[in-house]
Amino acid sequence: MSAKKSHKFYGHGIPRVKPEDLGGKLIVVEGADGSGRSTQIVELVNWLETSGRPTVQVGLKRSTLVSEELEKAQHGNVLSRTTLSLFYATDFADQLGNIIIPALKAGFIVLADRYIYTLMARDLVRGMDEKWLKNLYGIAPVPDAVFYLSVEPEELVQRNLSKNATLDYWESGMDLGLSREVFDSFLKYQGAMGEAFRQLQKTYKFEIVDANRSVSAVNKELRKKISAVLEE
Amino acid sequence: MKTFAEMNFPGRLIAVEGLDGSGKSTQIYLLKRWLEAEGIKVYFSEWNSSELVKSATSKGKKRELLTPTTFSLIHATDFADRYERHLVPLLRAGYIVLCDRYVFTAFARDVTRGCPPDWVRGNYSFACAPDLTMFFKADLEVSLNRILEGRPKLKFFEAGMDLRLSTDPYESFKIFQGRILEQYMAMSKEFNFVVMDANENVEKQQVLVRKLVSEKIDLKKFKRRSPLPLPPSLAGDHLEKEESEDKAA
Repeated sequence: MSAKKSHKFYGHGIPRVKPEDLGGKLIVVEGADGSGRSTQIVELVNWLETSGRPTVQVGLKRSTLVSEELEKAQHGNVLSRTTLSLFYATDFADQLGNIIIPALKAGFIVLADRYIYTLMARDLVRGMDEKWLKNLYGIAPVPDAVFYLSVEPEELVQRNLSKNATLDYWESGMDLGLSREVFDSFLKYQGAMGEAFRQLQKTYKFEIVDANRSVSAVNKELRKKISAVLEE
Repeated sequence: MKTFAEMNFPGRLIAVEGLDGSGKSTQIYLLKRWLEAEGIKVYFSEWNSSELVKSATSKGKKRELLTPTTFSLIHATDFADRYERHLVPLLRAGYIVLCDRYVFTAFARDVTRGCPPDWVRGNYSFACAPDLTMFFKADLEVSLNRILEGRPKLKFFEAGMDLRLSTDPYESFKIFQGRILEQYMAMSKEFNFVVMDANENVEKQQVLVRKLVSEKIDLKKFKRRSPLPLPPSLAGDHLEKEESEDKAA
């Protein structure tokens, strides 16, 4: 792979890791449940691996360290805001230290199914301090590309219901008390999340991809943009 | 960093800090017993004790899975859980909260592990400062001996083995504790630590602790208005009941 080494961290980074040792490529796909994120990632992994590029995947709530505990805590809805936020940050940091960093050092392509932006957007919507979040996630390497799959809340509702026949408690922001009815809450919450992403976009400069379109149309656009990144 | 008093909390928070083996836990336990006997609303909280986070922490430690970053974050999560669910509501309700270790433990340890000081402090910036922080300072040799005599098998992270300071756990522990002590001393002024001579005998130290606490905090404001319910075995006993009400008055 022609990838030149060197990445940057958003902030302080992590101890004993030099950003100049990080090669490979870090590519992030963001978007709500129902934005087609996971489908796109499966397609992208197929495409990358068949073209001979070593690829690893990471995502939220997948760490060895805390994923089980996080799942359990969310189920009982017992954690307060800062606690949940730090718990997610721990989950991210575990995958960062044990998967992302070693993979980048080895020159792999890391495909992240969501990254710090979802975590930050969720917390911003819940009134957490942006400065605090920026400091916390200063441990994250700056990706080579970030794609935000943008879908209108009305379309997200349709996709989620046709897939699961129900709306997820957290993806509907039911903990916020926006509405007693999950349908209304979902629309309001996803609207607010879209707003938070647009706010973050100003700082973090990710590309907004119109994902109201078909899977193949979106995938075509992603491949084109990723190809350009890989050639850098 | 403002104290709980400065933030107009009705309650007050007292923290003890120090190296393992400095005797701080004994001192805060004796303080708690005294305050309880005085009929004061008191709550005790220990570092690294949140039920929710515990299984993750112990898994991480057992399998030696933790990096300096995850070590720091998992303890911050533990602290936040206790802070949001217990400390804040209790302090709002006018309790005296006693903490065996507070954010300064993280400031000292995580920085010794290589985490950037600003990052660690920023993560804990949601927490108010204690109204009184007592730092138990024993000679390094004294603390080391207390720990090494009583509990000869040192755990991996406890000994700072993740820092690769030495392949010998005892040697590693000594270097690690020495560095933590340096970090503590460097922040002592900034955070108004009251430095206690932990080489002194336990009873004498406790006299001083109680004196400090009663000078700093107007304890009679924190008494329970109604006595605690009696345990069932005493509930029918008229004499006992009167006695305990007298004490509380």
